[in-house]
Amino acid sequence: MNAGDQLPALSVRVTREQLVRYAGAALDFNPIHWNERFARDVGLPDVIAHGMLTMALGGRLVTDWLGDPGRLIEYGARFTRPVVVPDGDEGALVEVTGKVAEVRDDGTARVDVTAKFDGRTVLGKAQAVVRVS
Amino acid sequence: MPLDPSFAGRTYPPTRTYEVSREKIAEFADAIGDGSPLHRDAEAARAAGYPDVIAPPTFLTIINLTSINEIVADPELGLDYSRMVHGDQSFTHHRPAHAGDRLRLTAHIEEVFARAGNDFLTVRADIATVDGEPVCTTRAQLVVRGESA
Repeated sequence: MNAGDQLPALSVRVTREQLVRYAGAALDFNPIHWNERFARDVGLPDVIAHGMLTMALGGRLVTDWLGDPGRLIEYGARFTRPVVVPDGDEGALVEVTGKVAEVRDDGTARVDVTAKFDGRTVLGKAQAVVRVS
Repeated sequence: MPLDPSFAGRTYPPTRTYEVSREKIAEFADAIGDGSPLHRDAEAARAAGYPDVIAPPTFLTIINLTSINEIVADPELGLDYSRMVHGDQSFTHHRPAHAGDRLRLTAHIEEVFARAGNDFLTVRADIATVDGEPVCTTRAQLVVRGESA
């Protein structure tokens, strides 16, 4: 593991079905994630993905690369823009990339994660700290 | 109405015990499309040195969010839920949560401040086993948009 190493990229089509599945798994039933009428009433363009789902996809990028998910010891992100998920099979394309930003003397490394939807980043300062081995 | 800054430093009572199950870990891994055998196969997890299947890094959102929702609903805090958004979230894992863990979460309000007409609230949650072994520390920033925003 070296600073500058790129992680294998991940592209995910987030669909309404996945939002419902995630809502049930995470016990997050906020209607902005499944009810179009409610989402529009609060000023959103349509149903949006859970920020925590997008964050989880970023986590998956890192843990897929590590092999052992237990080597991820810290992970944080800001939710900066919504991922708008239209009805239909196409869903919303979320593209996740990452790179090793820093390898530290204490046996850990910092990985910076970028998640994009519609060409713009949707997570801010998404960073993971991982055990190098 | 701005949030009461005297809420900073407040600690909420520990939540009821949440028992992490193999089924819930697999369900959560499915929902995020995570195919790792360490979330599904106890033998694979044991071979990797864990007592049982381990949870994905953001799995504890399940109990974290429940606790946030309870704080948000605290009438004394007077937070307008309809104007609240989740600003950021972090997880610091002291060890991976695994199936069979019996966990309790203790939430603390670390910080309350107003900036540019919005209110910001930082909630830390200490998640530990019922025996007191630390498992994870989470931090969430909640933002309540001002009336005029």
